[in-house]
Amino acid sequence: MDVFLLQLLNGLDKGAAYALIAFGLTLVFGTLGVVNFAHGALFMLGAFCAVTLQKILTISKKVKDESITFFDAYKETPYLEIWWGDTGAAIIDWVIPISIFLAIPIMLLIGLSMERGLIRHFYKRPHAEQILVTFGLAIVLQELIRAFFGANPIPVSAPEILSGSADIGYILGMGADYLTYPWWRIIYVLFSGAIILSVFAFLQFTTFGMVVRAGMHDRETVGLLGINVQRRFTIVFGMAAVVAGLAGAMYVPILPPDYHMGMDFLVLSFVVVVVGGMGSLGGAVAAGFLLGILQSFSSLNEIKNIIPGIDQIIIYLVAVVIILVRPRGLMGRKGVMED
Amino acid sequence: MSNDDKKFDELSRRGFLKAGAGVVAAASAPAFFMKDAWAADFRNNPGRSKTVKFGFNVPQSGAYADEGADELRAYKLAVKHINGEGDGGMLNTMKPISLKGDGILGKKLEYVTGDTQTKSDAARASAKRMIEKDGVLMVTGGSSSGVAIAVQSLCQEMGIVFMTGLTHSNDTTGKDKRRYGFRHMFNAHMSGSALGPVLKKEYGTDRQAYHLTADYTWGWTQEESIKNTTEAMGWKTTATVRTPVGAGDFSQYITPVLNSGADVLILNHYGKDMINSLTQAVQFGLRDKNVNGKNFEIIVPLFSRLMAQGAGDAIKGILGSTNWNWSLTDAGTKAFVKSFGQEYGFPPSQAAHTCYVQALQYADACQRAGTFYPPEVIKQLEGHKFDGMGNGPTEYRAEDHQAFKDVLVVRGNENPSSQFDLLKVEQIVPRSQVEYDAKIFGGELGPYVV
Repeated sequence: MDVFLLQLLNGLDKGAAYALIAFGLTLVFGTLGVVNFAHGALFMLGAFCAVTLQKILTISKKVKDESITFFDAYKETPYLEIWWGDTGAAIIDWVIPISIFLAIPIMLLIGLSMERGLIRHFYKRPHAEQILVTFGLAIVLQELIRAFFGANPIPVSAPEILSGSADIGYILGMGADYLTYPWWRIIYVLFSGAIILSVFAFLQFTTFGMVVRAGMHDRETVGLLGINVQRRFTIVFGMAAVVAGLAGAMYVPILPPDYHMGMDFLVLSFVVVVVGGMGSLGGAVAAGFLLGILQSFSSLNEIKNIIPGIDQIIIYLVAVVIILVRPRGLMGRKGVMED
Repeated sequence: MSNDDKKFDELSRRGFLKAGAGVVAAASAPAFFMKDAWAADFRNNPGRSKTVKFGFNVPQSGAYADEGADELRAYKLAVKHINGEGDGGMLNTMKPISLKGDGILGKKLEYVTGDTQTKSDAARASAKRMIEKDGVLMVTGGSSSGVAIAVQSLCQEMGIVFMTGLTHSNDTTGKDKRRYGFRHMFNAHMSGSALGPVLKKEYGTDRQAYHLTADYTWGWTQEESIKNTTEAMGWKTTATVRTPVGAGDFSQYITPVLNSGADVLILNHYGKDMINSLTQAVQFGLRDKNVNGKNFEIIVPLFSRLMAQGAGDAIKGILGSTNWNWSLTDAGTKAFVKSFGQEYGFPPSQAAHTCYVQALQYADACQRAGTFYPPEVIKQLEGHKFDGMGNGPTEYRAEDHQAFKDVLVVRGNENPSSQFDLLKVEQIVPRSQVEYDAKIFGGELGPYVV
């Protein structure tokens, strides 16, 4: 039972990241009809918003380290700590939650610039060309990050108070120390749920969302009513960039970011979108969590002993089966990818 | 004296001198003509060029990029020292020494670099480019056994000496050993032999171990060596789980450990993987657990200061083994740390140390051989004994080209005295305790001339 619950929690935690990235990806496909291979790079850029903020907050004064006698070594003390003492240290400690407020405007700006500057020129071009240009853009973005931040992962910790584990077993009345899970991973799942629900609510309960949904179904008719659908779709692209960026910024304590992390998640996210159904928001979320949970359970030793290496291929195996049996995906619209 | 006698006398004296000169000339002629007889026969022979080139093939991206960056720093320092620049570093302490601080055999040393990307195919392509296009005399570096074995095999085929970098798999100088490859780094078998008695003393003989293992040659051999050692002292193995290199998030492999009944987690991971798996294991509360009435323990059989730096507080109190640590107090270590620290502002890692030693030892072997002809250089390295380079008396064993020396058992320092004082040397395990018969791992070195 405990093994089951632990793997389930782990699956939810992995699925939360997959769902958030796939959510934005499928939102862009559903509105603009663009297959955006640079979406993984947006996730990576979000993570580097947190890294950049950490670098800014920890700009330090160099002081000679007297304990080193062989050569001249220097200790670094952040100015924030020198000026504000414990308050400064607390601000540095809470860099990840603070970085969310930085990531929202930056990612929105990046998203809007990307759509206006490049992607809009490819709306009427074949998907193959869209894939080529967005993939090229992803490579440019990741090489820029590599040039500025280097190739190595950069660790950024969660706030001290949230770096331990929660005793879920005790909370659920199963006894102390029976079931523990890291606080930050639980927060990530909750954060992911909150973001997804907010976007759903925005699209469902606002006039803007209604127009977007109408445009997704029949763009031409909405245009004939005198509504500028394109402008709204551009904003949707910006929203997708923000969702990917927030997913990246919050993921930093789980996985120290490097320039390549976007590509690592991109392939998985595409599989999630295909399994969920191209353009289906609900499908992306459901498939994200489903594949995360499957991946987690397939890593169990009992299962790996029966089918060695299954943990590495399970996601792709599911995608192959779905494409063969139900090409439009779990919740995809009829006709999409079926011709 | 008759005329005949005089003639005979003169003939005798002049004739002797002429004949003597003739004989000497005739006798030395073959040597003169044969001195560089192999010169045309080996790849990348520098001939009359005033420079020679080394190829530094290190990971500049991927899971082991930190180690690669430090290797490159050490190599650049080695080049400086060999060329007589800087303070000379370990050239002041290594014994015996033939290098004179004017390059190698009077030729200035240059270098080219490549990125192995911690991938065997990329590393081979990079080494091939350096050998064929850049004309390097020797290839060195790397931070993965998979890469080391692949590049070593290529170098054997191409007749270029390969001085390995950071490689810890038994296979590198075991079943995959090659005549043209030499390893200064210790291996997984030696880690097991060194760690065994310390683990027994610290954690007793009744333990349940759970292994998480990087899924490639190094991980497999380390898991096997540590498993053999711990089982021989009474521990049981709960499970051995293989994890992909560069997995990033290891949580799905750590959650099954939590309630598996194991009271020890052995992380057969290195570099970024080890930093991630250890940090995540600590985040999941493993070190706070009490299982089977004992404190849950984590062991990292191979770790380095760079990894300790990346893992932060998570490494504190954890036992492992290492090839070398900057805090040693012998003259060689002091000279190297001083030189490296002055150049870069921080002490070198074990990866930097082993690469620096490898570069110097190859250069010195050429100097001793009086030629760059690989078979002669190899013969100089085989069975070569040296000292003053940080590990005490060391020998490149002729049978398998594995260097034998003392091994360090270290612990993540709980009370560091400085920002770099991350590993505490618990024990210096003597060579005699970690030495083994070369035949146990099989393999063939292959020919001198290829």
